Amino acid sequence: MQKLFTQKYLKTKQAIAYAAMSMALVGAVLLGVSIGTVHIPIWDTARMLFYGLIQAPVPESIDPTLENIVMRIRLPRVVLSGLVGASLAIAGAAFQGLLRNPLADPYTLGVSSGASVGAVMTIFFHITIPGIGIFTLPLVSIVFAILTIFIVLFFARKIDRTMRVETIILTGIIFSSFLGATISLMIALTGEELRQIIGWLLGSVSMRGWEYVWIILPFLVIGSIVLYMHANELNAMAFGEEQAKHLGVNVQRKKMNIMLAGAILTGAAVAVSGTIGFVGLVIPHFIRILIGPDHRHLLPLSVITGAAFLIIADLVSRTIIAPSELPIGVITALIGAPIFAIILMRQRKKGRS
Amino acid sequence: MIDIEQVSGGYSQEPILRDISLHIDRGSFFGIIGPNGSGKTTLVKMISGILPLQAGEIQVAGKSITAYQSRELARKLAVLPQLTSHAFSFTVKETVSLGRYAFKKGLFQTLSDEDGHIIAEVMEQTGVTQYADSPLDELSGGEKQRVFLAQALAQTPEIMILDEPTNHLDLAYQKELLDLLKDWTEKKQLTVISIFHDLNLAGLYCDKLLLLNQGKMSGYGQPDEVLKADKIQQVYHTEIEKYPHPRVPKPQMMLVPEQSNMKACNIDESMLKQSKKHIVMHVPIPLKSFSSAVTGSGMGWFDTFVNRYVDKNYQEIDHKGDMEHYLRQNGFDPNATVGMMTAVPLDTVAYLSRQGEGFSLFVVVTAGVGNAVDAAYGSKHVENMKPGTINTWIFINGNVTDEAYIQGMVTATEAKTKALRELHVMDKLTGTFATGTSTDSILIAASQQGEKLTYGGPIAPLGQLIGNTVYECTKQALKSNFERRNRE
Repeated sequence: MQKLFTQKYLKTKQAIAYAAMSMALVGAVLLGVSIGTVHIPIWDTARMLFYGLIQAPVPESIDPTLENIVMRIRLPRVVLSGLVGASLAIAGAAFQGLLRNPLADPYTLGVSSGASVGAVMTIFFHITIPGIGIFTLPLVSIVFAILTIFIVLFFARKIDRTMRVETIILTGIIFSSFLGATISLMIALTGEELRQIIGWLLGSVSMRGWEYVWIILPFLVIGSIVLYMHANELNAMAFGEEQAKHLGVNVQRKKMNIMLAGAILTGAAVAVSGTIGFVGLVIPHFIRILIGPDHRHLLPLSVITGAAFLIIADLVSRTIIAPSELPIGVITALIGAPIFAIILMRQRKKGRS
Repeated sequence: MIDIEQVSGGYSQEPILRDISLHIDRGSFFGIIGPNGSGKTTLVKMISGILPLQAGEIQVAGKSITAYQSRELARKLAVLPQLTSHAFSFTVKETVSLGRYAFKKGLFQTLSDEDGHIIAEVMEQTGVTQYADSPLDELSGGEKQRVFLAQALAQTPEIMILDEPTNHLDLAYQKELLDLLKDWTEKKQLTVISIFHDLNLAGLYCDKLLLLNQGKMSGYGQPDEVLKADKIQQVYHTEIEKYPHPRVPKPQMMLVPEQSNMKACNIDESMLKQSKKHIVMHVPIPLKSFSSAVTGSGMGWFDTFVNRYVDKNYQEIDHKGDMEHYLRQNGFDPNATVGMMTAVPLDTVAYLSRQGEGFSLFVVVTAGVGNAVDAAYGSKHVENMKPGTINTWIFINGNVTDEAYIQGMVTATEAKTKALRELHVMDKLTGTFATGTSTDSILIAASQQGEKLTYGGPIAPLGQLIGNTVYECTKQALKSNFERRNRE
């Protein structure tokens, strides 16, 4: 009886988590679209989104200028921040599972910085690879993201064969600073204004439009599906690569798939928004507290929650000192860095006991 | 089940293991032993497919290990991991369910009903069902180990590999785990391959052992063949004595600590104290003693020897308990004391010291023949456990082997019988010469220092001296007993 009860309880907990996070996402979208210099009533926002969703013309009772603001400016921005948040959160969850390390995240691993080197090169040198057009930006970023993760892991292994948690993070952070400095140097040499560079480095989803939504969407879909297909492998690898192999996981291949998917998600996110830190760290951590570490639920819930989180973070970043805007990375870092510290302290305590 | 042929391998170019060939039968318990760095873990990793081979071949169920897909191998072979801490705390059920990974089908790999049944079954077998929804973190080491055992069993393997399974486990769990595995080798034909640090555990549970030394096979076969004292000493570079297990027919290895500061000791009559109540021999070092006493009987190490006077009509059903009580009351530790009883007045005791070549003896005898018996016709006597009437103590300053103890006892008994014969002691019931009394006790205790005395028969130096001294002492003790009786 007791057993049945706890099992049901666990299932219920998961169902509640899905429902709550989905509601949070819907709420975040409505708020994100409604709030701004021009206030739009939530009810009107909901109606506009609904008609937009079913491709029906918006009723005349709604001001067409409001419709313009919503559909051309607010909505793409909200959707973009949602997609970026989802990509970073699921990539973070996957990296953490793969490296058995709750401190791993595209940002702390240096993957974000690697991707931004690619993005900056593409943007500031106006590179376009013939034939793929607007996808040049995400593809170059993804290639740089992939290169970075392999280089970071290679060096971490050189330093410490057992690849301890701290070694990987330290290597990632060293690479991150190095790559960040490279970017600054690169942009400074091109003669652009430094303020703009720093703004870009701290991440932003403003003034991007629908084009950027279409740039990131296919990569988010592909990356997420690949990762979800590896949920069981990620669970097995949480017990160490050797044990995963004993359980029947083809570790080398699956690990490669997961790293590639993680790098694709990170690269695409960075390409459209710059380096936004700590989303991939905070969200999976939060979900694990709610429903445990099972990746079959951790990954999808990270997508939903990551989207909601970054929409809210963007909303805060553009309203808190309105009319000016803070880079969104400032908000995520303000929330994320203390949580990073808390996880680190807890881990050290656990390691000692 | 597993055939290993001329396998070499290791982590780097220079192989750790060289030229290993062995065969492991289905349903057997196979143990791997050897000092640290001898290549035990390397071998196990090669068998479980983690490490590539540099030369040779390993066949699992008739198929080369390199020809197996990851999942295919996981369905045949499971590995019980050593306990390590994990970053994420899965629940027990989630952990066990991962054992079914290799059986999952389809793009999103869901569990079938059959998987569910197997998971429930192995959790029941390992007794972790009650923790199903607890996080692993909250379990003790032993419980965690059982969870991982359940995970391995969920793979429904034919082969189970363990790397020092008893590490971190307390004694009861060690036994529990190994008993369980042993049971499965018999009932389910599970093949178990395990690394052991503890030679005695390996000897107890394994059907076959492999002894590795510096990456080479140093012994391979039945535990009795592999666990030979000289071989183990040579491989482990430490002094070891082999001994039989007291309950099961398996060898046990005993460590022998370095005894550079062992006190030298010469046993002599100055250590004997006599009173009306008891005769006490107290020696400053424990002696290896073999006796048929009331307490402290059998083989053991004792430093105090008590011969207690009791009344002729002493009738106590629990005479062992009574003796222990008596010892405690008189300030002796029953754990370190050999206790005998006699109804013979203690002032008739006889003792003698004798010097041999490189050893010496001290013999103490109390003798009375109130219930003398001819051993040839013992069946004619009704059994009555009266207190012993000829108690013989033989103390030896020397290093006596097990066989010399037994030969010494035989020689001493023969000498005693000879003494009775010369004094014409008769069995009153049968009218024949008595060979002893119905409740005689004997003790041989030796300091185990000095030269080894390997033979105690009547013409060996030790035997000669035992025979003659016991004969003299017994005669003297009997004579003074007769004199005392005549006086009374």
